[in-house]
Amino acid sequence: MEFILALIIGLFLGGAAGYLGTLMLSQRMALVAGPLGHLTLPGIALALIFNFDVSLGAFPFVILGIFLIWLFEMNTKLPMEALTAVVFSAGVAITFLFLPEEKAVPALIGDISQINLPATLISVILSLFVFFVTKKIYPQMILAGISEDLAKAQRINLKRYHFIYLLCIALTVSLGVRIVGGLMTAALVAIPACAARNVSVNLIRYSYGGLLFGSLSCISGMVVFRFTGLPIGPLIVIASTCFFLISLFFKK
Amino acid sequence: MPGEILRVKNLNVVLDGEEIIKDLTFEVKERETLIILGPNGAGKTTLLRTLMGLNPYSGEITWTTKNISYLPPQELFQRKELPPLSIGEFFGFKKVSSEKVLNIFSAVGLDPSLLKRRFGAVSTGQFQRMLIAWALVDKPKVLLFDEPASGIDIGGQETIYSLLHQFWQDWNLTILLVTHDLNIVWEHATNVLCLNKKNLCYGPPREVMTPKTLEEIYGTGIKFYEHRHN
Repeated sequence: MEFILALIIGLFLGGAAGYLGTLMLSQRMALVAGPLGHLTLPGIALALIFNFDVSLGAFPFVILGIFLIWLFEMNTKLPMEALTAVVFSAGVAITFLFLPEEKAVPALIGDISQINLPATLISVILSLFVFFVTKKIYPQMILAGISEDLAKAQRINLKRYHFIYLLCIALTVSLGVRIVGGLMTAALVAIPACAARNVSVNLIRYSYGGLLFGSLSCISGMVVFRFTGLPIGPLIVIASTCFFLISLFFKK
Repeated sequence: MPGEILRVKNLNVVLDGEEIIKDLTFEVKERETLIILGPNGAGKTTLLRTLMGLNPYSGEITWTTKNISYLPPQELFQRKELPPLSIGEFFGFKKVSSEKVLNIFSAVGLDPSLLKRRFGAVSTGQFQRMLIAWALVDKPKVLLFDEPASGIDIGGQETIYSLLHQFWQDWNLTILLVTHDLNIVWEHATNVLCLNKKNLCYGPPREVMTPKTLEEIYGTGIKFYEHRHN
């Protein structure tokens, strides 16, 4: 039963993360999911110590991390990636001060043994939320990527759109840590998007290609996990990488 | 008698503590082509951005229409590191009918097959015409255009300006252009605004574009030869 529930989560979350990833790649933000994933580690540590849902533990820490990065960005002239490095390093350091050693591995590379029906339902609903919200903001964000002035001249409130976009990233990362762990969340968004980009000639194929590769990667990784018992997070990432390598043969 | 479409009064723009535009006053009438001239750093781009509400300012900016289109300088467009966006999808962002898109493509002299091409995978001249099509596809009353011919060869520049002139004539369009190119002023401007942080000249080119004014704007050594064509 746990495996079926994990497959359902993989199908929906992998798709939503891949779809969002195509937008993140076009904003040159695909790697941000990595440091944000690391930021979830203190939350995951707390969840494992006090035995509550890891995504629930992860979410406030991602939000806190995003808020801190935004705050530092406002008050310094430092680039976002540098500030992300500062915040996520601190997050990792705090985690390993408190996280018991035996809990470290599931926190870092994912674990589906604790999945139950309510967690699956919440993951599916939130994944659908991320997908539909991302779909809604997609054209405006792409236009802003082409020219911020052009987007603003179309009366697009970029601050509002950026906030919604960051919220979607935070949700995806928080949900993703359950299956791939805090160490590899970037793979959920970045690799399917890269594979989709290789095989696409237009935006529609690219965005839905990301969704398809994301879902397929999660399901493939989980199926291999079922037969080998190897850690699930790395298997999903390797499956995703295989799809990326295959996509190179069909490069447009 | 054309009515007023824009009134700017005592406009001041300060960005990062630096005064970019100082006490600028001018007005634009319907169907006017106002060319904004000035050296680098004179505040030309800042002025257009401010007129679009993209910069904080003090003073008054009053538009009598909301139907305004704006094109930033081509250098500010991200063309290389974009997702695989087709030109057709780019026009889809405007939410206009495909019939309108095809009509505007025909008006700017672009082949409709270009709609399937990747955004950015066209020549600089085609890209600029595509941007003009994007700006005009929903029939604005005013077009603000920052350096329409930058990065385009001389033949291509003439095509762009002729195209804008044609829309100005056929569509009763009001145009505000920023340029470094003095040569286009005589042929296309109904009024010229010479800017170097403040208003150095404003009016019909034949009245205000004197050697003395040009020296004031650009420093010494600028001469201007007016070619009259019959």
